[in-house]
Amino acid sequence: MQPTNQPADAGGARAAGAARSGTGAGTHAGTATARPARPAEAAAEQSSALVLHVNGTAYELTLDHRTTVLDVLREHLGLTGAKKGCDHGQCGACTVLVEGRRANSCLMLAVAQDGRHITTIEGLADGERLHPLQEAFVERDALQCGYCTPGQICSAVGVLQEAADGFPSHVTPADAPQGGPVQLTVEEIRERMSGNLCRCGAYPRIVEAVHDVSTDQGVAS
Amino acid sequence: MSPRTFPLGPPPYPLGEPLVRREGREKVTGAARYAAEHTPPNCAYGWPVAAGIPRGRVAAVDTAEALALPGVITVLTHENAPRLAAAEDPTLSLLQEDRVPHRGWYVALAVADTIETARAAAEAVRVTYETDDDADVLLRADHPRMYEPEKVNGGYPGTRERGDFEGAFAAAPVTVDATYHVPPLHNHPMEPHASTAHWSEGHLTVHDSSQGATKVCEDLAALFKLDTSEITVVSEHVGGGFGSKGTPRPQVVLAVMAARHTGRPVKVSVPRREMPAVVGHRAPTIQRVRLGAGNDGVITALSHEIATHTSTVTEFVEQAAVPARVMYASPNSRTVHRVVPLDVPTPSWMRAPGECPGMYALESAMDELAVQLGMDPIELRMRNEPDTEPDSDRAFSSRHLVGALRDGAERFRWLPRDPRPGVRREGDLLLGTGVAASTYPVLIAASAAEAHADRDGTFRIRVNATDIGTGARTVLAQIAAGALMAPEDRVRIEIGNSDLPPAMLAGGSAGIGSWGWVVHKACTALRARLRDHVGPLPADGLTVAADTRQETSERSPYARHSFGATFAEVQVDTVTGEIRVRRLMGVFAAGRILNPRTARSQFIGGMTMGLGMALTEDSEVDPEFGGFAGCDLAGYHVPACADAPRIEAYWVEEEDPHLNPMGSKGIGEIGIVGTAAAVTNAVWHATGVRLRDIPLTPDKVLPHL
Repeated sequence: MQPTNQPADAGGARAAGAARSGTGAGTHAGTATARPARPAEAAAEQSSALVLHVNGTAYELTLDHRTTVLDVLREHLGLTGAKKGCDHGQCGACTVLVEGRRANSCLMLAVAQDGRHITTIEGLADGERLHPLQEAFVERDALQCGYCTPGQICSAVGVLQEAADGFPSHVTPADAPQGGPVQLTVEEIRERMSGNLCRCGAYPRIVEAVHDVSTDQGVAS
Repeated sequence: MSPRTFPLGPPPYPLGEPLVRREGREKVTGAARYAAEHTPPNCAYGWPVAAGIPRGRVAAVDTAEALALPGVITVLTHENAPRLAAAEDPTLSLLQEDRVPHRGWYVALAVADTIETARAAAEAVRVTYETDDDADVLLRADHPRMYEPEKVNGGYPGTRERGDFEGAFAAAPVTVDATYHVPPLHNHPMEPHASTAHWSEGHLTVHDSSQGATKVCEDLAALFKLDTSEITVVSEHVGGGFGSKGTPRPQVVLAVMAARHTGRPVKVSVPRREMPAVVGHRAPTIQRVRLGAGNDGVITALSHEIATHTSTVTEFVEQAAVPARVMYASPNSRTVHRVVPLDVPTPSWMRAPGECPGMYALESAMDELAVQLGMDPIELRMRNEPDTEPDSDRAFSSRHLVGALRDGAERFRWLPRDPRPGVRREGDLLLGTGVAASTYPVLIAASAAEAHADRDGTFRIRVNATDIGTGARTVLAQIAAGALMAPEDRVRIEIGNSDLPPAMLAGGSAGIGSWGWVVHKACTALRARLRDHVGPLPADGLTVAADTRQETSERSPYARHSFGATFAEVQVDTVTGEIRVRRLMGVFAAGRILNPRTARSQFIGGMTMGLGMALTEDSEVDPEFGGFAGCDLAGYHVPACADAPRIEAYWVEEEDPHLNPMGSKGIGEIGIVGTAAAVTNAVWHATGVRLRDIPLTPDKVLPHL
């Protein structure tokens, strides 16, 4: 028996790689504009120029079509707050806000996000003043190793907005008023934060931290 | 020699205070950088290629297609990879030979300009194998190649016998004979194992996701035939480890190899789904527990027999029968480990190796014995409380299991409790409560540190401790400030770098005991120097170095262990078979708690992982293909937020003068130890069904309801 190595998840990456030439995305941390691709025509097939607005800054980038938003942030823009926990949308460590809504940035190809506004953990504080959720996480000790924490906090920002906008969850009572804000009970927070795994087991503290802030903002019961 | 003792009494401020985690702000703002988040200029990316067969050898590697991809720098295989010196840990002997010991073993590494290209190149590598058709991957207690190892993990003897177990068991009026199954379990820290290696002017700098940079530095020096002074390993922030980053793992060797081969900095991260095969796992155990007792509940015969697997690469034996040598008095006792080397990934440490799976079985059997006797399970444990450590007859330095059980029973409102199972209904739900004890040894290892006083009144402590999320940085500052009698905000702590004085890795719940002791020693000496110093300090301040080789080489005449009691209330849905934990509470006797805020988080975290072990975390080796079937976070279910109910952790005051200057026992692991049994015992109380094969997923539960 002489099997050949055939990873189950090869997907389209191999085909994409075969005719590729140059990546055009070799900028180092913090650089706002990628250097030009080489050679030009191959790059035109395999990469695209686009603009991402990240934390209020417009980045003009030429990116490999295979590049995820998470890898753009971490490897091209030096914004390593969004974490790579699984690269498969299973853990939530890469959660950012896209146009104000939370999203797993590891599942988004950057080329499909041209023109979008993205907020990462680095964009939440107001200068030296932490976002209330960041403060609550520190105060409640809602973190240990800290690797899931940026995703948890970005996710919690999304939760507060979703609740304010009346998005129901699996545990929202069927007879809750339509359209109005959802009361963020502890049960609601647990349910809505369940897309963000924490192996250190900070969940009870995370729920407290989110509850503290939602109470202050008047969306909790 | 008289045993070393330490003064009792209240600790010096700020020891014992709930100070906020020092790096909290960096972690909530995304500023804290982990191993893969250092990108030196011109950094390349490595992507590993995992073996796709259960066992055999690599016949050929065709790298042409991969190398033809633009941006690919090289593909390392056993044919061209740098030669390594013999590895103390054979799992690090990577790309040195054609042997494939198990599915998922790394057989190549693609290196490219970008992460996308590296991944595509790894997928384009064509590996041809010669496959052995008789790969043997399934653990059975009666496996013909089972043997009794001389030693098990932790250096404990594999087998211990006292008295006449068989005779006493045969004569006992009440007996339990039950076999429990624990599947392979995976650490799955949130940060995958990652390394960035960078050679510059003959010096190697590695950012590695590790629980101990000193050990990584030493092992790299040995493998690459370098002096440790030529290597700096940085593990400043580490995204969890739970044992799986205790010693170097493959990614650091691959990154250094690739950096040496290409002359460029190289970053290698282990893809999540490849982690179970290469970073270690908790080995599955089949555990037979036999208890014989009198009608008064006093145990006269105790046997705990473990069957487990290891790999063909190296022997690792999960020491699951060891806690039975500590827990309960029994004049006749037999604790045995048996192990079989299979064509499986190499097991290693996972949070409370030995104690965690062993206590699941022992504490389940205790619950079964209590049911047989018609006795409250807390009362049964109290009746079997030993005067001395059963195995060694040494006195306990402190043992407050009974105190923890009593305190917990009161807080949990354990009584009144109807012992009958299956009688508490809420609609479709059945409710029940359970309890289990826990234990974990006090371990300690030699470490070194420096304490420095600056002219401006600030202090700098240097010790190669690692903060994997425990709060070590914060607690070390508290220990230093207490010893220096200085404000905590004037103490700077430098950890997580192998250039610092060498120290014990973050493992075995031994971090703070080991690092704290040497920090305390250095700071105490520095304070004495400062007291004696006349006039202003010299321009470069005063520095005192210390190590604890002497102190830690003295064997304690005492048996030193933490103890605890875990209580759970569960609901079992009789329609779906779904079990949910309603309440989980742990009360621990773990010496002095040095920072209640961070300690509580660790206890709760351990209990949460135990909840997963009881109900959701399951893995198996695929009998046909080898390797773990469900190896990512979709296939292996760690608890999510909605799974975690109210989880509370408390501790009893415990003063123990036989530990270290802080009076601490270590708290990182004991939280997980009693949790699975507390939950599964509660399931029995809810349903009357005794399931001995965790996790208790709905498919296992429903047929019995």
